[in-house]
Amino acid sequence: MQIEELRKFSADIRIWTIRTIAEAGFGHIGGSASIADVLAVLYGDVMNVDPKNPKKEDRDWFVLSKGHCAPALYAALALKGFFPMDWLKTLNKGGTNLPSHADMQRVPGVDMSTGSLGQGISAAVGIAMANRIQKKDNWTYCIIGDGESNEGQVWEACQTANHFKLDRFVLFVDWNKKQLDGTLEYVCDPVSLENKFKAFGFETETVKGYDVKEIRDAILRAKEVSGKPHCIILDTYKGLGVPLAEAEEFNHYLTFDHVKGEESIEEIKNRLENGTYPGGDFKW
Amino acid sequence: MVKLAKEHNVNPKEMRAIYGETLTEIAAENEKVVAINCDLCSSMGLKPFAKAFPERAINVGIQEANGCSMAGGMSAAGMVPFFNTFSVFATRRVYDQIFMCASYPHLNVKIIGGDAGVSATSNGGTHMPFEDIGIMRVMPEITILEPSDSVMFKDLLRQLADIYGVQYLRFCRKNTVDIYEEGSHFTIGKANVVKEGADATIITCGILVWEAMKAAEALAKEGINVKVVDMFTIKPIDAECILESAKQTGAIVTAENHHLIGGLASAVSEVLAENGVSVPFEKIGVGEEFGEVGDVPYLMERFRLTDKYIAQAVRAAVAKKG
Repeated sequence: MQIEELRKFSADIRIWTIRTIAEAGFGHIGGSASIADVLAVLYGDVMNVDPKNPKKEDRDWFVLSKGHCAPALYAALALKGFFPMDWLKTLNKGGTNLPSHADMQRVPGVDMSTGSLGQGISAAVGIAMANRIQKKDNWTYCIIGDGESNEGQVWEACQTANHFKLDRFVLFVDWNKKQLDGTLEYVCDPVSLENKFKAFGFETETVKGYDVKEIRDAILRAKEVSGKPHCIILDTYKGLGVPLAEAEEFNHYLTFDHVKGEESIEEIKNRLENGTYPGGDFKW
Repeated sequence: MVKLAKEHNVNPKEMRAIYGETLTEIAAENEKVVAINCDLCSSMGLKPFAKAFPERAINVGIQEANGCSMAGGMSAAGMVPFFNTFSVFATRRVYDQIFMCASYPHLNVKIIGGDAGVSATSNGGTHMPFEDIGIMRVMPEITILEPSDSVMFKDLLRQLADIYGVQYLRFCRKNTVDIYEEGSHFTIGKANVVKEGADATIITCGILVWEAMKAAEALAKEGINVKVVDMFTIKPIDAECILESAKQTGAIVTAENHHLIGGLASAVSEVLAENGVSVPFEKIGVGEEFGEVGDVPYLMERFRLTDKYIAQAVRAAVAKKG
């Protein structure tokens, strides 16, 4: 996809994430909003995947380690045609194929079940390792949350990725500045995420996590570096691009209906037209 | 087919050596098999594997949580991972990792725990798993195994590599007594009757099978004819064998190198209760206490797991038959 198409795709991911959560009545909107752009780049441009054959042998793999943000992933997968758009109406309802946390058994296109934080990154490291042992040249991508990096297991996984020089592993950190109980600094000061990932041996850079071009270019640069795992820190803001979430100081999990949701969707469309998407005049 | 060994001697080869040799053989035949180690590659006997297949011996260091979740990822990507560490770390320490990255997503992960129960010896209470079977038994769909000797261990390992799903196997890493003849083949989920009998049944597993056999021999001299069942598959338990034994002998004694809560005694009594079977029931195992340091003979006596205590339990059960 071209950059403008990717931007439109990320807007659609946000729009359908809002509709999906509004139908359920509540959900993890804040962290879903902040990964919409990276998901658009991965599924719209970078990843070798086939919606008609989700398990194809040579595909690139993706693990959403922050599994509670599955609504955004589900929206991206549905928009790509991995499953019918109608499924999005069923999030978290009894008997659904779309549970709140990403589920590989129920959802075509989900490569690993996640939900207990800190583990998806390890599974992704295992996937990257398995692909290398099997002499495949595909890539493994993983998104962790910045709050998720509180978990010690995240750093265990990083040590392993570095030790085995898993250079076909790209880790994104959704640096949206907030976790459930407050800001990162308030809950558990990360000091410097960039310095930490560099110290753990990752080829690391920080980009505007809401700018699809910057994200895509960073991935292309990462692919040129061999011998090291890659970390792209997405400098973003929790709830960014979803006005109803931007309006809340703490938006990890919000309750809202379709009326409120459609107001935000209108604003997203306005921003796209004005060229101010995704953040509008949002003040950092 | 299962045959008993002609002589029951302590095998000069340690079980961990058997593990290393067997997994290496399996890996030679199955290129999907990988071993994930947590800085216990030597202790678990897997040096030969690492030498033969360095690219498939993944030593993650002292990172049980990461290693276990990685096993799930490797399974998702088509490999057959054997996750190896001491039993306490293979279960207690990584319980959520097993749940999240193996059981819940229905992946194919083999969890191999060394140092079952008292066989943790000088590593002591911190390393002595008496709770592992109990906590693993509530994990849906998991298979739980405890081999009683090296012949069974080899056979079960070969089967694990071929069957899909999550299995936990606990074993004693050191030397064990030969129970079975080389080449015996066991069916997972089907108990093996080591000895027939009419007066009571000892249902046991692991290193206590030999204790139960000695107890049965002593009891025979007293005129008590005991059936001995090697219940090496603790989950799914062989309910048919339990019910048949209860009917046939009218008394049940369980013996395990594990807490009395959650393990074999619990599993067997659940089967009896569910089926409305009321027979005298005694149990040998570890009570409400933690492990401690000591050698195996000391600990077997300390926790009342030897043939002497099993025989006492059988006498008590038989007496209750009236």
